[in-house]
Amino acid sequence: MTLLRLAWRSLLNRRTTVLLTVFTIGLSIALLVMVEQLRQDVRQGFYRSVSGTDLIVGARTAPVQLLLNTVFGLGTPGNNISRDTLGHIEDQRMVEWTIPLLIGDSHRGERVVGTTEAFFEHYRYADRQPLEMAAGATFTDLFDVVIGHQVARRFGYSVGDEIHLAHGGGNVSLHEHEDHPFTVSGVLAPTGTPVDRNLYIPINAYGVIHVGWESGVHRPGSGLDAEQAREHAHEHEPDALSAVLVGMTTPAAVFGLQRSLNEYEAEPLSAVMPGITLQQLWRLTGVAELVLRMVAILVVITGLLGMVTVLLTTLNERRREMAILRANGARAWQIAALLVFEAGLIVLGGLLLGVGLAVGAIVALGPWLLDVFGLAVGVTSPEAWQWLVLAGIFIVGLLVALAPDIMAYRRTLADGMQVRL
Amino acid sequence: MNAVLAIDSLRFAWPGENRPVLDIERFNVAAGQKVFLHGPSGSGKSTLLAAVGALVVPQSGRIELCGKDLATLSRGGRDRFRADHLGVIFQQFNLLPWLDVVANVILPCRFSSARAQRAGQVEAAARRLLAAMDLEHSLWHRRADTLSVGQQQRVAAARALIGQPELVLADEPTSALDADRRDRFLDLLFERIDEAGSALLFVSHDLALGARFDRVVELPEINRAGETA
Repeated sequence: MTLLRLAWRSLLNRRTTVLLTVFTIGLSIALLVMVEQLRQDVRQGFYRSVSGTDLIVGARTAPVQLLLNTVFGLGTPGNNISRDTLGHIEDQRMVEWTIPLLIGDSHRGERVVGTTEAFFEHYRYADRQPLEMAAGATFTDLFDVVIGHQVARRFGYSVGDEIHLAHGGGNVSLHEHEDHPFTVSGVLAPTGTPVDRNLYIPINAYGVIHVGWESGVHRPGSGLDAEQAREHAHEHEPDALSAVLVGMTTPAAVFGLQRSLNEYEAEPLSAVMPGITLQQLWRLTGVAELVLRMVAILVVITGLLGMVTVLLTTLNERRREMAILRANGARAWQIAALLVFEAGLIVLGGLLLGVGLAVGAIVALGPWLLDVFGLAVGVTSPEAWQWLVLAGIFIVGLLVALAPDIMAYRRTLADGMQVRL
Repeated sequence: MNAVLAIDSLRFAWPGENRPVLDIERFNVAAGQKVFLHGPSGSGKSTLLAAVGALVVPQSGRIELCGKDLATLSRGGRDRFRADHLGVIFQQFNLLPWLDVVANVILPCRFSSARAQRAGQVEAAARRLLAAMDLEHSLWHRRADTLSVGQQQRVAAARALIGQPELVLADEPTSALDADRRDRFLDLLFERIDEAGSALLFVSHDLALGARFDRVVELPEINRAGETA
């Protein structure tokens, strides 16, 4: 106990360098933990968004592109598929539900998705949770829009507000569908998926507002007024779709359907299974993740080297201390215990500080990440292997910290009775 | 005879060197005796102290401390033996700078229960010694590195003497002091040594100090290793 107090006093005496060292290690550990946590959260976020969908069907393209495009709104939209194909899919055995999606327009930079009631009924996220309304209801009128949680939050929209959609994507749109304002009929509860950032309108409305836009820009004098549109909406059902989400009655049936759709003769299709496609995506992003990890590990090594540097510069001071302790009867193991205690405290302090900083940063940045990237991050308790990594860093750090101390101690032995400096 | 220290046919060479630094046929220090060991730099004074202090182990020969052959002790045993029976004063840098004065004096009692027992109430003993070494009350709870060199050496002497060790080893403890303070230091040290009944092995190259000791030994005369040099 008195030994611990001696170690503590010695550390206190060097508190500035010790604290800086702890801080250096802490920062490096924080980076490592954050990189790992974000990596997991990103993956988790992607899986959350496709939890109930068995198959995504779109025009022929790379599976990853189709997935990113339809579910996450990343990348440029591909070709459309014909409405007949939807009918073909619905006719297949074991198909429980389909959700048609039509993508292309935007509102203040956020995606506007044309779909049907089926979306609110069948779409699942996270652990197969259904969508819930935070306020209002789903479509009741042709010009209703249901908005995601983030859209409502960021733009301050609530049920009853009127908004204009923009033709095409992008933040600044030159062409607005001015003739057809939409009324917010409902706000979805937060999901932590891209749904939060989307606006959903009836797929028929998509067709209606694009009457007169066939050339890509609005032809003046053309188009329908709202009343006409409501009456003739069924006539303007869009004959093309961006993609169809498919749910099966038995998951095993998905393989057969996927193969048959990929070989569909009426038009070239891509049918992808979200889970498997995400695996492909991870293989693509794996290299980048590896690089990030390597950088984080290098930073940890730098932190440990920084610690060694500090310890080496205080070596002479330590030699004096050790000589005094030995001359006054401290046994070799007692001095060793002092050193282990000190090194252990520095490394452990660094680890705790690092994990603390990482948790703090994740908690602090969480809302911003959700807002800007739609990325739901959270603090999860580390997995077994992560504990092992932290324990490994602790042991390596301890050994690295002990090296200069052992040098000092050996020299102390050779010094004999005198302190030679 | 009642020797605290008895050396017999001691030979010691630093690792990696062929020529021995120490080659001493016989050297004794009696209980309570104050011995002045004189020798020029490089004559092996500090090495002898290290051997007596059991910090280095001789290649051959016998060092008996308080009747115990140091060679029969394990490494840990030597450390404990040193803690129990020896007080040490260095030339300088004696104190742990981050401890206060009293805590520095008590240090040997933390490592040796025998010393702690003989000291009795260790804090009280430390205060008594500090007062006797002429250190003002106001200094006792200051950090050791805020004291002057002379004050630090007196604290070191108090520490060497706490718990009445049989032998005090002093390695040029006055070399950093001016003449006045050196004499004053020796006066105080001798008083305390007499009071504790310890023997003193005092190493210095300053022969002027020798007159005050019971016995003056010229190291080159007993150390045959120096002759061939």
